[in-house]
Amino acid sequence: MKKADYNSRNFKPAGESWVWVTSMGLAVGVTMITFLLGMILYNGLEVFWPKPVVRIEVKPGSQAGIKTAPTFAGEIVKSQTKRTAVLDSDGSPLPEQREFQLFVGNKDVYGFSYKYIDREEIAAMDYPADIIVAERLEYGDAIFIPRQLKLGDGTIVPANADAFFPTLDRVTEQGRARREAIRQIEREEIGTVNHEIEEIRLRRRALEAKSNFAGNTAEMLADFEARATLLQSRYDVLAAEAKQLRSEQRTVELTYVTIDGAETTLPAGDILGYYFPNQLTFFSKLGLFAHQFWTFLSDEPREANTEGGIFPAIFGTFVMTLLMSVVVTPFGVLAAIYLREYARQGFLVRSVRIAVNNLAGVPSIVFGVFGLGFFVYVVGGSIDQLFFSLSLPSPTFGTGGVLWAALTLALMTVPVVIVATEEALAAVSRGTREGSLACGASKWQTIQRIVLPASLPGILTGLILAMARGAGEVAPLMLVGVVKLAPTLPLDTIYPFVHLERKFMHLGFHIYDLGFQSPDSEAAKPMVFATTFLLILLVVMLNLGAIVIRHRLRKKYRVSTF
Amino acid sequence: MRSSLSVPRPSQPLSTLPRPGSGSADSASPPHNQAYIQIQDFSFYYSASKVLHELNLDLPARQVTAFIGPSGCGKSTLLRSLNRMNDLVDGIRHTGDILIDGHSIYDPLLEVIALRKRIGMVFQKSNPFPKSIYENVIYSLRVAGRNKKSELDEVVERSLKSSALWDEVKDRLGESAFGLSGGQQQRLCIARAIANSPEILLMDEPCSALDPIATAKIEELIQSLREQFTIVIVTHNMQQAARVSDRTAFFYLGKLIEYSATRDLFTNPSNPQTEAYVSGRFG
Repeated sequence: MKKADYNSRNFKPAGESWVWVTSMGLAVGVTMITFLLGMILYNGLEVFWPKPVVRIEVKPGSQAGIKTAPTFAGEIVKSQTKRTAVLDSDGSPLPEQREFQLFVGNKDVYGFSYKYIDREEIAAMDYPADIIVAERLEYGDAIFIPRQLKLGDGTIVPANADAFFPTLDRVTEQGRARREAIRQIEREEIGTVNHEIEEIRLRRRALEAKSNFAGNTAEMLADFEARATLLQSRYDVLAAEAKQLRSEQRTVELTYVTIDGAETTLPAGDILGYYFPNQLTFFSKLGLFAHQFWTFLSDEPREANTEGGIFPAIFGTFVMTLLMSVVVTPFGVLAAIYLREYARQGFLVRSVRIAVNNLAGVPSIVFGVFGLGFFVYVVGGSIDQLFFSLSLPSPTFGTGGVLWAALTLALMTVPVVIVATEEALAAVSRGTREGSLACGASKWQTIQRIVLPASLPGILTGLILAMARGAGEVAPLMLVGVVKLAPTLPLDTIYPFVHLERKFMHLGFHIYDLGFQSPDSEAAKPMVFATTFLLILLVVMLNLGAIVIRHRLRKKYRVSTF
Repeated sequence: MRSSLSVPRPSQPLSTLPRPGSGSADSASPPHNQAYIQIQDFSFYYSASKVLHELNLDLPARQVTAFIGPSGCGKSTLLRSLNRMNDLVDGIRHTGDILIDGHSIYDPLLEVIALRKRIGMVFQKSNPFPKSIYENVIYSLRVAGRNKKSELDEVVERSLKSSALWDEVKDRLGESAFGLSGGQQQRLCIARAIANSPEILLMDEPCSALDPIATAKIEELIQSLREQFTIVIVTHNMQQAARVSDRTAFFYLGKLIEYSATRDLFTNPSNPQTEAYVSGRFG
């Protein structure tokens, strides 16, 4: 009787009311991720969107302008409530005070490129159409009104002449072509000559080291000498050519006034490009956005990484991650095959498995220290002793490089691959294995022809996780080969084309370097967001590639259903 | 379909066995190189438990022998002992011996892989490999290192015709085997099992996961294969045993209760337990 009562009253299904807790967990997670990605996406892409330039006139007598001038101009990058006292001295509330942060550019003239101004101090704001924003090789952007162009032969083209802008376009294009030529000479040709000179130096050293034994040493030494002289003369010619081009870059001069009235002269060769920020339509903004984004992707960094692009960092990250995957996959898969298929399941294997899982939890910096101690000093040092002893004491492999970084990260991510592979192998049904064995296949044939193909999607899942972890890692890389600015890429046109011993740039480290090591943190902030955006993009793209392959394989090896 | 059976069998892998003097073979064994399975005092243990008790039976060549009995009677274990599939299980051991064509399959000189090449096996649940239909069929040839395209093509056609699957799949041999229906998959597994021309075909409840139409097809197939192979089939379905087999062995609790010609066993069982089982009174 009592029991029936209890049952009739208790309509609430036991425990079901707590389902919302689980959905809350998911909702919070999704919100956080969406917010994070959204913020990085917005801030990272906003950098490249051209903003109008506002001319501000400060109130008479105000000291808020630049260098006592009453007007100045800049892009408004932030508008915020000023954090000061909200109450007057007698206790009455003060009106809300707003302030703007402006990007004023012209760092060479002002000594800074960002400026705050109180709303209170502003007398008037307008958007003059003839203001130009120009990107320069040095000191970031300039914001100005042009005055004249002085050509190499002394002709002066005033800004109000019809020929002014066509001429400016022409000299800008010439400057771009010359920069390309200088780059070609200095990077490619002089690089090749230097490489050959270094080779001859090493061979001479090798010869000198065993000069007691060889008969025609003197002859060969003379030969080397002659070739070195030849190369040196080639170098001199190239260097002179580059010097000539550099001086040509300075023949045309652009004179302009900044909005506060200072007149400045700039060699036209330093101009990378210019636009009228207050004359842009939506589509020209879009075009400019695409252009700036592409430049960011494909250019090399300038001015302590705060300007220019990040191509070397993207490339370095890509090469290192790929190299890591190439190393970690066979290593992890073989280990997993032994653990799952061959090893006798018992205490020892259980311990190894636990150890492998724990390895995944070791802080990454520990792997960095190990990589430095083992790969760089021991392995790299030995390689130098054995194969590159001639260039010692300057190390070849005995210093951080992309190979050692990839190996260190491979070691760090191998547990992920092992665990995923083991699970994938275990998921291949006993029936399938027995079918293969019954056909007269050996155990290895069964693994190789049946089990591995069937577990490939699972193995790829492990690889995706490993890549995602490896590509984003920074701490260990700082010990084993990442640098702030690498002069050369790990791949180039100089034999043997792949230079795994070279130091490299990495997006993750680039973010750290920009955000925390940059002399001008305001200037670096947009770059930090843009670089973060690209790092995420790169990881997503690498993963997407693996996911597409996995999807194809899954379709191919679709699980049997009746 | 019958015509395809006349294709000459390309090889006799019997030569892989050590072969002492010809006099050692049982006098009852047929003159040609067909396997003749003798199970002698065979007992089998999983760890401590004895699942087969001193079995003695001879399976004639080129006939269908059915193993029947209630679940857990050891008929599958015995079948899997014939190609030493039980070797994969930890903690097993056996006493007694099994001879195929007069030679012990537990001979230490005999490689188990060589043994399994002579014995095709079809499992309860169809287990096609994650490969194309074509690659599935020739798997046993591939692992034996035979890669000649013309030979493989011929084997695929012959095997698929023998398993009555050729007409259904001949236009999509390159497609995944998982695209086939359950019955087709099982016939593919039969094609795979007979591709390398084994002498013996073991079938472990091959129709238990199939519908009646697919079952009928497989049974028809067994009828057509009996001329080429010595077939051993484990089944739960008494009608099936009666329909397809020449001889039937009834097992109960790991013991062989009765073994005789199928007709006799079903119409005139000598053992009351057999009679109870085949008439459906227990099991």
